[in-house]
Amino acid sequence: MSRQNRYLQESGTTAIIWIAATLVAVPFFCLMGDLLWNGLNHLSFSFVFSAPQNAGREGGIGPILISTLFILGVCMGVALPMGLGTALFLAEYTRHDHVPGRLIRGSLDVLAGVPSIVFGLFGNALFCQTFGLGFSILSGGLTLACMVLPILIRTVEESFRAISNEQRLSAAALGLSKPTTIRTILFPAAMPGLLVGVILGLGRAIAETAALIFTSGYVDRMPESLMDSGRSLAVHIYDLAMNVAGGNPHAYATALILVSLLFIINFSSSRMAARWMSFNQLPA
Amino acid sequence: MDVVQSTPRIIPDPEERSGLRAWLPYPSTEPCSDPVPHIRAKNLSIAYQGHQALRNVTLEIHRGCITALVGPSGCGKTSFLTSLNRLTDLIPGCQVSGNLHMHELDVLAPTTDVLQLRRTVGMIFQKPTVFPFSIRKNLELPLREHGTYDRTLLASAMEKVLQQVGLWDEVKDRLDHPAQALSGGQQQRLCLARALVLAPDVLLLDEPCSALDPLSSGIVEDLIVTLRGYVTVIIVTHNLAQARRIGDHIAFFWSCDGVGQLIEYDTAQAIFETPAHELTAAYISGARG
Repeated sequence: MSRQNRYLQESGTTAIIWIAATLVAVPFFCLMGDLLWNGLNHLSFSFVFSAPQNAGREGGIGPILISTLFILGVCMGVALPMGLGTALFLAEYTRHDHVPGRLIRGSLDVLAGVPSIVFGLFGNALFCQTFGLGFSILSGGLTLACMVLPILIRTVEESFRAISNEQRLSAAALGLSKPTTIRTILFPAAMPGLLVGVILGLGRAIAETAALIFTSGYVDRMPESLMDSGRSLAVHIYDLAMNVAGGNPHAYATALILVSLLFIINFSSSRMAARWMSFNQLPA
Repeated sequence: MDVVQSTPRIIPDPEERSGLRAWLPYPSTEPCSDPVPHIRAKNLSIAYQGHQALRNVTLEIHRGCITALVGPSGCGKTSFLTSLNRLTDLIPGCQVSGNLHMHELDVLAPTTDVLQLRRTVGMIFQKPTVFPFSIRKNLELPLREHGTYDRTLLASAMEKVLQQVGLWDEVKDRLDHPAQALSGGQQQRLCLARALVLAPDVLLLDEPCSALDPLSSGIVEDLIVTLRGYVTVIIVTHNLAQARRIGDHIAFFWSCDGVGQLIEYDTAQAIFETPAHELTAAYISGARG
């Protein structure tokens, strides 16, 4: 290949990569620009903390924010221990090619691709009706937990598998029991992966609409317990945009709050992971 | 003179040796002088997924000796080593048969307390495997696991063992720093300290110097030599010069038709000067392997 052709090939490849990366970034910046342009002037202290009035056209999103946080709390409170336990089972107590592990992994992969509306109907049938929890924050949180479990489990399992086997052998060679090895050595080493799983899970949960309409309901009052119905931010945005004439300005402002929440969650988790990594990998 | 011999060595002074004497569990004996073997293997065979890796190894290792296992890769040296602390239990599909005794303890018996066995049989691996937390916690963890919680005892054991491996002066001001921030040689010495902090009877070393630079390798090798008479040391090494320098006994393994076998086991002097088997002679002369 001549020198000129090689130069052209290299420049062409670099240009294609740059264009692809830019095209990916464009929708994000357009979306953020649209949200800021239409939502920023409706944001205020009272909007964040006051109750909605006139079907959400006026007032704020205080109770909706609280309901969302409750739903996320229930979701992660259930998904984290279950996800961690299942990931440990898959990574530490079964071989990669064993039947139980393959069965669980296969079903998780299918679950990860199930549309959220199906989870909503399932949650409604199981939690709201069969378990008698009704339209409640608890039903919504549990349904979301089912949704985020696949992604959480696979991420955490991979982070356990990424730990060098020599660490396990070294621990065993010191006479450490398996529970001690998991608790003191494997768990801290897998922490960054666990945080990534939590970020991905929270991201999916906080943005969910379809599954929550059928489980946690529409009520925009301040929840008094987990058995109360509660409207999440995403459901509120959907309702204002689709069902409430003149609701768009507050829908934009609510979307801005939701995206900000996502930013806060991502940023704080990344900081935690970075702190963790920096402790473990200080230069000599 | 080879590279390792030409590098500066840190030989522990008599005070350090007395520190070692104070810490290790039983008084020094003349190495290899106990007539009763410490470890007895008889017809020991190891197979992975039905494929034989080691066949009919029979040998007796005496207390306080340094025994070097030499031979080409894939001849079962590491398999033999890991059977001594039952790490083979952790390898899926691994089957160990034959007899293996450590004193009166039947190592392979299903009723043997494996965690207790591993407390008394320490092991160091090829690559330093410090745990991802502080130097202090690396040393305290095994002690706590085996029932020592008293802070004074923990601190004293840590200081003694770090002095023993020559790390104390280098790390005493950063005990709470991550162990992974240490250099490779320091990490391997920390691993040695972590194994010694449990005051083991036997120390298994799987090519402990192969991932280290010559200087660090020399330091670790000298530390191993200081254990002679206190701990029964079994070391796998590909470095024949090292085996000759530190080994009291040499076990030469060879792979025959893909199955590892013990070809010859004798004193280092006999193996290197008057090998009985032609394969041994060819291997140590560099003609085979």
